[in-house]
Amino acid sequence: MSEVVSLRRNLKRNTLDVTVSLPYTWALGEVWTQFFEALKEKKILGAKCPQCGRVLVPPRKFCSRCFVDTSELVEVKDEGVLQTFTLVYYEFVNQPRKPPHGIGIIRLDGADTGFLHFIDGIDFSDPEKAAAQLVPGKTRLKAVWRDKREGTIFDIDYFKPI
Amino acid sequence: MAKKVAIVGVGQTRCGRRDDVSMPEMIYEAVRACLDDARVSIKDVEAIVTGSMPGYMEGVNDPQYYLADGLGAFGKPLIRVATCGSTGGSIFHSAYFHVASGLFDVVMVVGYEKMYENDPQGTMMNVSDPPIQRPFLAGAPGAFALQCIQYMHRYNIPYEKLREAAAKISVIKHENALDNPYAHIRVKITEEDVIKSRMISFPIRLLDCCPSSDGACAVLLASEEAVKKITDTPAWVKGVGYAGDEQWFGDKDLAEWMPPYLASQRAYKMAGIENPRKQLDVVELYDPFTWQDFMWYERFGFCGKGEAADMVMEGVTTKDGDLPISPSGGVLCTNPIGATGLQRVAEAALQVMGKADKRQVSGAETAFASAMGGIVQFTAVTIVSVNP
Repeated sequence: MSEVVSLRRNLKRNTLDVTVSLPYTWALGEVWTQFFEALKEKKILGAKCPQCGRVLVPPRKFCSRCFVDTSELVEVKDEGVLQTFTLVYYEFVNQPRKPPHGIGIIRLDGADTGFLHFIDGIDFSDPEKAAAQLVPGKTRLKAVWRDKREGTIFDIDYFKPI
Repeated sequence: MAKKVAIVGVGQTRCGRRDDVSMPEMIYEAVRACLDDARVSIKDVEAIVTGSMPGYMEGVNDPQYYLADGLGAFGKPLIRVATCGSTGGSIFHSAYFHVASGLFDVVMVVGYEKMYENDPQGTMMNVSDPPIQRPFLAGAPGAFALQCIQYMHRYNIPYEKLREAAAKISVIKHENALDNPYAHIRVKITEEDVIKSRMISFPIRLLDCCPSSDGACAVLLASEEAVKKITDTPAWVKGVGYAGDEQWFGDKDLAEWMPPYLASQRAYKMAGIENPRKQLDVVELYDPFTWQDFMWYERFGFCGKGEAADMVMEGVTTKDGDLPISPSGGVLCTNPIGATGLQRVAEAALQVMGKADKRQVSGAETAFASAMGGIVQFTAVTIVSVNP
C-alpha cells in the first residue's frame, strides 16, 4: 500500500495542488486469462453463445443478451472489415499511443461483434485525406503483432489496412 | 399510480472557471439561489438527492460527507446517484420518484462539478474496462467520433454536408449562449472558425466540442399539495424515461443508437406525446459534440433517419425556428458535467414557467430535456409542461 500525497499552495490560482497515486490489482477471470494467453501465440479468441449463436469478441463468460454462460472459446481471424473509426490528433492524458493515430472497430472474420483497437500504418498528415482511405463496411485491416508478446491487449501493436 | 410532481424553484451558479469558490461554497451558491427562487427555507426541504462524476474527477471520495453542509442536508435523507454524464438526469429522476411515490412533498436535487480542478479527460480515459477496451478511448471526443463516422456511412451522407451542418450547429449554440448569463463560453463565432479550428478526433474539431466547466445547479420539486403553497407558475413533470446500453463497443450499433430511442419513447408515452416535433415547443439537449446532434435529433424523433443535417440547414433549430434546440447555448457552451443534465431540466422548466429571460422561447408550453452518460451508454429524457 502506498499513497503519495503532496500538498502545494498554488498562489497564482489560490488553490491547493495535490497528487494522489493509488495502486490497483484487477482480477481477469478464466476467460480473459485464456484470451491473453492466446494473444502470446498470435491467436484471437471469441466466445460462442449456445443460445443466440453469436461469436463474441473479446470473449466473455456469459452472453449479455441471452444471459446464459457461453459454451466454448473459438479462434477468429486476425483480420476483418472496418465498422467505424476515428483519427486522433489531440494528446489525452495517459494515452498509451502518441497521436496522430487511428482507433477502429473491426469485425474480425469469424466474429459477430466488433473489436476495438488502434489503426496505424497510414499517412495521418492530412486528416481528411487519411479518413478517405478508411471506408466502413469495405476496408479490410490486419493485426500487426509485436515481436515481444507478454499476454496483454498490447500484444497486437495495431491494425493496418490491407 | 404516480402522484403529480412539479418543479417549483431553480438555482444556477455562474459557470466557467470558479477559482473564487471552494466546492462546498459553489454548491451552497446554487442551493441558496434555488431556495430564494422558490421563496422557501432549507427547513422546508424534506430530502436531498445529489450527484456528480466519479471520484477520480473530484479527487474526493464520499463527497457527500465533504459537501453535506453546502447541500443543506443536516438531519435529512441524502442520496448520491452517479451515472457519469447522465448524472444530472438520473438525480432529477430519482428526486422525481421520491415525490411521485407520495412519500415526500418537497425534495431538492443538486448537481455540481469543478472541472478546472482536475484533468477531466483523464477521468474519461478511465471510464471503460481496464484489461481490454480502456487503452483505446481517446477521451470523450474519440468515443463519440467513432459513432459519428458510423452514422455518416450508415446513411451515406457526404462528409462535406455534415461538416457544414455541424459548423452551423456550433454557431447557433454559441449565439444562443450570449443570452445566457450562466453560460461558460460566451463568444460570437463563425462557421469558418469552426471548420478551421484544430482537429481533436476526426471528424470532431475544437469548436465542435463542449468546454470543461465549474458550476452547480439546484432544482426544487414539490407534490401537487405543496406546489399550491410555493408558486403559481410551476413546471409540471409529465414524463421521464431512461435507458442504458451494453459495455462492449463492438457489440453496439452506434448509429442506430438504442438508449436515446428507448428513453425518449418511454418519456413520450408517459407524457402522451405522439408527435414530438409538433408537440414539443423547445428542446434542451445534452449536446456536447455538434456531430452527435444529428443522431440525437433522429433518435428522439424530431426528424426522420438521415434528415437531421437538412433540418439544421433549414433553420428549424434556431431560437425563432420551428423547434428551438438549446436556447441556453446547451452543453456545447457550458459543461460542469455532474450539473449539466440537471441544467437541461432547469432550463426546460424556466422555459415553461416563462422565466427564461433573454433566452425565452415565446409561448413555450412543453419542453424536452435530455442527458447522456457513460460513453454513449446512458440516456435520460424528461418532459415538462405548463399543464398539470
